[in-house]
Amino acid sequence: MSKKLIDLEHISKSYDGEQVLDDLNLYIKENEFLTLLGPSGCGKTTTLRILGGFATPDTGHVIFDGQDITKLPPNKRQLNTVFQKYALFTHMTISENIAFGLKIKKKSKSYIQDKIKYALKLVNLEGYENRMPDSLSGGQQQRIAIARAIVNEPKVLLLDEPLGALDLKLRQDMQYELIRLKNELGITFIYVTHDQEEALTMSDTIVVMNKGYIQQIGSPEKIYNEPENAFVADFIGDSNLLGGVMLEDKLVEILGVRFSCVDTGFGTNRPVDVVIRPEDVILDAPGKGSLDGTVTHLIFKGVHYEMEVTANGFEWLVHSTSMFPVGTRVSLHVDPFNIQIMNKPASEDEEAIPLEQQ
Amino acid sequence: MKKKLLGLPYYLWCLIFILAPLCMVFYYGLTDKNGIFTFQNVSAISSPEHLKALLLALVLSLIATFICLLLSYPLSMILCGMKKGQNSLMVFIFILPMWMNFLLRTLAWQTLLEKTGVINNILSFLHLPELVIINTPYAIVLGMVYNFLPFMVLPIYNSLAKIDENVIQAARDLGANSIQVFLHITLPLSTPGIISGITMVFVPALTTFVISKLLGGSKILLIGNVIEEEFTQASNWHLGSGLSIVLMLFILINMALSALFDKEGEGSFL
Repeated sequence: MSKKLIDLEHISKSYDGEQVLDDLNLYIKENEFLTLLGPSGCGKTTTLRILGGFATPDTGHVIFDGQDITKLPPNKRQLNTVFQKYALFTHMTISENIAFGLKIKKKSKSYIQDKIKYALKLVNLEGYENRMPDSLSGGQQQRIAIARAIVNEPKVLLLDEPLGALDLKLRQDMQYELIRLKNELGITFIYVTHDQEEALTMSDTIVVMNKGYIQQIGSPEKIYNEPENAFVADFIGDSNLLGGVMLEDKLVEILGVRFSCVDTGFGTNRPVDVVIRPEDVILDAPGKGSLDGTVTHLIFKGVHYEMEVTANGFEWLVHSTSMFPVGTRVSLHVDPFNIQIMNKPASEDEEAIPLEQQ
Repeated sequence: MKKKLLGLPYYLWCLIFILAPLCMVFYYGLTDKNGIFTFQNVSAISSPEHLKALLLALVLSLIATFICLLLSYPLSMILCGMKKGQNSLMVFIFILPMWMNFLLRTLAWQTLLEKTGVINNILSFLHLPELVIINTPYAIVLGMVYNFLPFMVLPIYNSLAKIDENVIQAARDLGANSIQVFLHITLPLSTPGIISGITMVFVPALTTFVISKLLGGSKILLIGNVIEEEFTQASNWHLGSGLSIVLMLFILINMALSALFDKEGEGSFL
């Protein structure tokens, strides 16, 4: 099993009296693609800056490979950063940019030449050695920024929303590119983004953050299918978030209708949050499902139809490949294992963006 | 079409106040009193007293430019390190003297530096030795530095302020310490500012005649003073123009050098 590489212990940080991180604890394993995911202001970038050495935590320790590096300046750390806006050295050629870190470390000329060749090949930009950064497109500049970081053979690569400035198609290509790079290099990637799709596509582990707290840590599947609270459910993908009452193990009442589910251990008659993904709602002829409703909106989305169905006073979001015109009476059904039961937030801090009824 | 018309006043201005006088300088500089073509006025620069004035002007303006650079770079770095509100106040204070008349400021220095001037009065009150720099090259350099310093600070400050904080952090991230960041990143990226700063101090310092007249007495002649005297006292417009052409050559060399470095037009704000 891969071992722990970085340990963040009890990290707190505030800027101008505003608490950005509050007692954050997180460990990162070797050779892991870990994504810090959350809305702006959730503390993900601050966490990355603390890892890179550009910010010092008010309390807590950063342990890297068994050593406390909390107070170590960035130039003494064995990790490299890819910045959001590339931050290339505009007065240097591409090869000078890539060679920068190696020249500082006084590597031999032939070693540097080999490394430049290798890095440019890795990011598919062979032959760009003598170009200036300004003459490259955004996507190419970002690849150079990655090449410039990885030639130093860091144990960890920090990526601060590196695809944020690119257009959709390029962003998707770069996602695959990054996964490939990570596998070829065999190093740890720590990736910051607010884009849930990016996080789901690339990560081994996703850390969902909000308001300086970690909301959930888990694999993309786990985060998507078994969100731990309403914030995570709402932030990751589309969802129907409902209030419900857990009547007993494996039985929950939602909107006055009893649904069987697979969750246990919530006690009896306990108020809970319930999330049902739109693709898990099955539409059928009236009377055949758990409750009946009327289709109120219909949009064609390409892969599927997106519909809104009003049933028992709630607007259900439904994704389906079969189409039901607006005004049709339908029934809704949800399979027991597609009903995700979550505890209500324990405190205000954990409460995320206000839950809107869909 | 309409846009071209809007530029008309500017073109007229250029024609009447810049191009026409320039042509006249060349006409007078390259002719003698009888209107016959000659290089004599230009080659007159090689006479000992003219050469001495030119060399002195070159030396003093180079020294003044160098001092301005030494003062401005650290100052600009400090300004860039400050918070937004604070630094704009500092820049404002720095530019404030530029709003006062140039002659007035130089005359004020004359009063301050005089043998019985304000500074010496204070010094003698404190029983300190007198400061005797009025009518010396030192006073001229002082006047140049004082008058032209803002022209060095502004372009350097501008070029430093333009450097993205992320670029500095990227260099740190790649292992560079503070000195290496300065040498490899900050300094090269601010070079255009330094070059335009040098141009904007060196050119007016080289051609000044007011500063040398007011602070250097009538004994120290710079090339600017020589040219001025040819026009005002000797009424020899031909010689004055000829020497001006020589001076222009030095300015053109400087401009060409700065254009070579300053491709993005950092100095074009003035």
